[in-house]
Amino acid sequence: MNLLDKLTILSDAAKYDAACTSSGARRGYQEGKIGCTSTSVAGCCHTFSSDGRCVTLLKVLLSNDCCYNCKYCVNRCTNDTPRATFAPEELAELTIEFYRRNYIEGLFLSSGVLRSPDYTTELMIRALSILRSEYRFNGYIHAKAIPGTSPELVEQLGFLSDRLSVNIELPSEAGLKLLAPNKTKQAILRPMTQIRDRAKQSKQELVKYKHAPRFAPAGQSTQLIVGATKESDLHILNLTQALYDSYRLKRVFYSAYVPVVENTLLPALDTKPPLLREHRLYQADWLLRFYGFRANELLDDSAPDFNPDLDPKCCWALRHPEFFPVEVNRADYEALLRVPGIGVVSAKRILVARRSGALRAEDLKKLGVVMKRAQYFLTCGGRYASPLKLSQEGILQNLMAVERRALPQAEAQQLSLFDQVG
Amino acid sequence: MAWREIIYQYDGSFEGLLCCVFESYTKKERPTAILRDGDDEPSLFEIRAVTTDRAHAQRIYRSLYKRSPEVGSFLRRAFLTCLPDKEMAIYRFIVKFYREGAPLLSRLSDDTYLPLLKAVRQLSGEVEQFRGFTRFSDFDGVLGAEIEPKNRVLPVLRRHFCERYHNETFFLYDRTHREALLYSGGVSRIVPLNHFEMAQPDEVEAGYRRLWRRFYDTVAIEARKNEKLRMTHMPKRYWGMMTEFQDESYFKARPKETPSASPAPGAPAAIPAPATRPEGAPPAPASAP
Repeated sequence: MNLLDKLTILSDAAKYDAACTSSGARRGYQEGKIGCTSTSVAGCCHTFSSDGRCVTLLKVLLSNDCCYNCKYCVNRCTNDTPRATFAPEELAELTIEFYRRNYIEGLFLSSGVLRSPDYTTELMIRALSILRSEYRFNGYIHAKAIPGTSPELVEQLGFLSDRLSVNIELPSEAGLKLLAPNKTKQAILRPMTQIRDRAKQSKQELVKYKHAPRFAPAGQSTQLIVGATKESDLHILNLTQALYDSYRLKRVFYSAYVPVVENTLLPALDTKPPLLREHRLYQADWLLRFYGFRANELLDDSAPDFNPDLDPKCCWALRHPEFFPVEVNRADYEALLRVPGIGVVSAKRILVARRSGALRAEDLKKLGVVMKRAQYFLTCGGRYASPLKLSQEGILQNLMAVERRALPQAEAQQLSLFDQVG
Repeated sequence: MAWREIIYQYDGSFEGLLCCVFESYTKKERPTAILRDGDDEPSLFEIRAVTTDRAHAQRIYRSLYKRSPEVGSFLRRAFLTCLPDKEMAIYRFIVKFYREGAPLLSRLSDDTYLPLLKAVRQLSGEVEQFRGFTRFSDFDGVLGAEIEPKNRVLPVLRRHFCERYHNETFFLYDRTHREALLYSGGVSRIVPLNHFEMAQPDEVEAGYRRLWRRFYDTVAIEARKNEKLRMTHMPKRYWGMMTEFQDESYFKARPKETPSASPAPGAPAAIPAPATRPEGAPPAPASAP
């Protein structure tokens, strides 16, 4: 099989993985080595595929010859699909040559389970160590730790990679039992714990010895499939928060389930991927990581799912009229962040700009505040930013009108259908 | 200041623009416009050519630095942007900055400051895009790429690519501003270059281009297709220079070179080897730190 066909099979099999960032690591350039990620603190997108997703890394499987039979997965052993496996040298050379041409920032290496998790991980380690030591690759590497791999191998993998991830896949144990019978919750959480503890230890060693090897310096991430099983948004968001809090994850990715295989346990093949739901989860995820929100503020048992018509921050603001209005000239950073229409960038700009004089409503737009959303929740020097005094209901209607224009048209149609059924 | 209509003309360098500021303060006058050499607009007003004097430029730069250490690098960046009439915008900003001092830098909604601030943000955004969207090709070991930016991004991009390709030899051609960034053996330079044509790829290069296009086409998920989103993140103006959007001829290798005397069309002779620099080429104007 030639390289072009292999690449086609193995990137096609890897494309459902959502993670594709090169953020969080700093690798300065080194004499005799190829590449660095020193200037990209926030990662670097090299292109965007026609589905609008960022492509940063060469995202491939080492092999799609999987012995597991996860029902949702294209690579499951009972699926009739062409199989391929990269030779380590082949993959290393491809990565280097793509990197030199500025196509990619590094490699995202995952794999189907070839024979056993240990055997597969050994192959991955071999490929990565050839890439790192023979080809002297100094760019970004994101590797998948396969649940069930022995700790020694995960450790080796971590020293070769910038980021490790273990996919949780299904947000509940019941879901796992149903759809991924070869994986258990324990098998997934064990490597996560190990990666967390080892990375912490590595950080401490680095304080003592400057040249101590770094274990997954860009931390770990995970991925959840949304829409294959019946979990509520509240359940997913609580899980996310627990992962950030107790496993120190850098990112949780959500992947709207795209039906690729027919199975009675799964949504039908013609089901549209729940993209709007995925979008709302990402919005909420941002609120958890950068805006100081907690999961139980955004959702609760009485409303366990996000409102498709309005973003989570606006929903929160409308449920908490007692928090508003926020006075732009006096409120602290945390309070500003809670105002719909104010983001991290514009909140910081407000802090800078108000040092040299009181801000007026017309200044805010110039600072990047989205006044269409923010006007109902702000006062400038004691005066409401909005010329109208609206009821809660009126505000809700206006915010939804703003939101509707921001959403793609297809989603809106999908929603109206849903409403008729419900 | 006296109300005398006067137009300055300068050499197009950042130092030259600072000399215009110097001229305006020593002569106690305000220019109505600042033109580059060669921008010959018919005008009723007097046009004065301001000569670039490094000492004068430095006096202005130091006086700015004394009021705020950040303002110098900000203005250098502003000078690289494609803001229309950026010279007057920068001039007006400096005048206001002398009057109000460092606090002006925190007045983010100021009408003199904001246009420059927006232009610089746009420049930074474009630099960010080109870090990812630039596509290099390998010509017998030398990497080469072309871009077509709105702003003069090369001085700002320089550091990124020099670090990324630390042990390589490469060139990066800016088609809009007709200048090239050359790097070899740890030394980089930006030189004006009026004409440039990319050589055709050899078989190995063409092979990687095909591999990349295939990868690009494969990673897209059909069920999630979203052209609008792609365009938001990657506007069409970048597509022209990107491997994944080229037509079929881009993926064909040049015919194998025959031993006969006639050189193959578009042979690598068209690529300037970064090691050999044109002697006496004028220094690149205003490089950002």
